[in-house]
Amino acid sequence: MIILTDEPLDAAAVTDSVRRDGNGAVVTFLGTTRDNFGGKTVTRLEYEAYDAMAVKKLQEVRDSLCRDYGIADVAIAHRTGRVDVGHISLIVAVASPHRREAFEACHEAVNRIKTIVPIWKKEWFADGSRWVACEDHEFADEAEHTHAHAERHAAPVGDD
Amino acid sequence: MFALYRERAGSALVSVELPEGSTAGDLTAAVRAEYPRLAPPEVRIVVAVNAEYADDDQPLCPGDEVCLIPPVSGGMPMREAARR
Repeated sequence: MIILTDEPLDAAAVTDSVRRDGNGAVVTFLGTTRDNFGGKTVTRLEYEAYDAMAVKKLQEVRDSLCRDYGIADVAIAHRTGRVDVGHISLIVAVASPHRREAFEACHEAVNRIKTIVPIWKKEWFADGSRWVACEDHEFADEAEHTHAHAERHAAPVGDD
Repeated sequence: MFALYRERAGSALVSVELPEGSTAGDLTAAVRAEYPRLAPPEVRIVVAVNAEYADDDQPLCPGDEVCLIPPVSGGMPMREAARR
C-alpha cells in the first residue's frame, strides 16, 4: 500500500494492510507535527509534493526495503497540504516474521523517504515560515535570516 | 517547480528557450539566468526529467517534463541520493 493524499491518514488501516498470519511482528511509525522547533512555536506544517514522482519514489523505497531486509509487507502513507500540530503526516508500517527486520526496516524507511522522495515541508511559526532543509539556499545578503536559521540549526533534530 | 523554487520564481511553471541538444544542466543555467534569486550560485540545482533524477549532462528531448527539485527534509544531498 502506497498512499499520497491531502486527506487525514488512518494509521489503523495502513497497519492492517501489512498484517498477515506469516508475520509475527508489525512496526508502525507515525510522523506527527511537533509544536516547536529550535525554541520557536510551530503552528502548523505544510507539505508540498511532486505527486507523480513522489509516488514513484515511495514505491522505490518500499521495493528497496523488501529487497534489503528480505521482507514482503511494507506500507507507506504520506499526507500533503496543511497538517496541524499533533496530526499525522507520515505512516510507515512494516511487518515481518520476526521483530528485528520490522524495527530496522521501519527506521530505514523513514531515512530513505526523507532523502529521495520529492515532498517538501514548510514550518509555520507565529511570525513567519521556512522551507525545511533549504538553509543552503540563503543568499549572503539575507544575513539576518541566516543568523536566525543558524541558531535553529544548532538545536537537536528529532525523528519528525 | 515546487516549494522554495516555486515561491522564489513566483510561478510553478517557467519558460526558457534552449537550442536543440541542450542538457539538464543547460536548462538550470538558463533558468538561473532568468531567475537569479532562485538559488545562490554555489548551490547545485537538482533536476528531475520525466519524474526521475537526472545528471546535468543528460540531454533533453522535446516533450520531456523537467522539474527543479529543492532540497527535501532528510538533509542528504539529493545528488548522492540519486546515485544510490
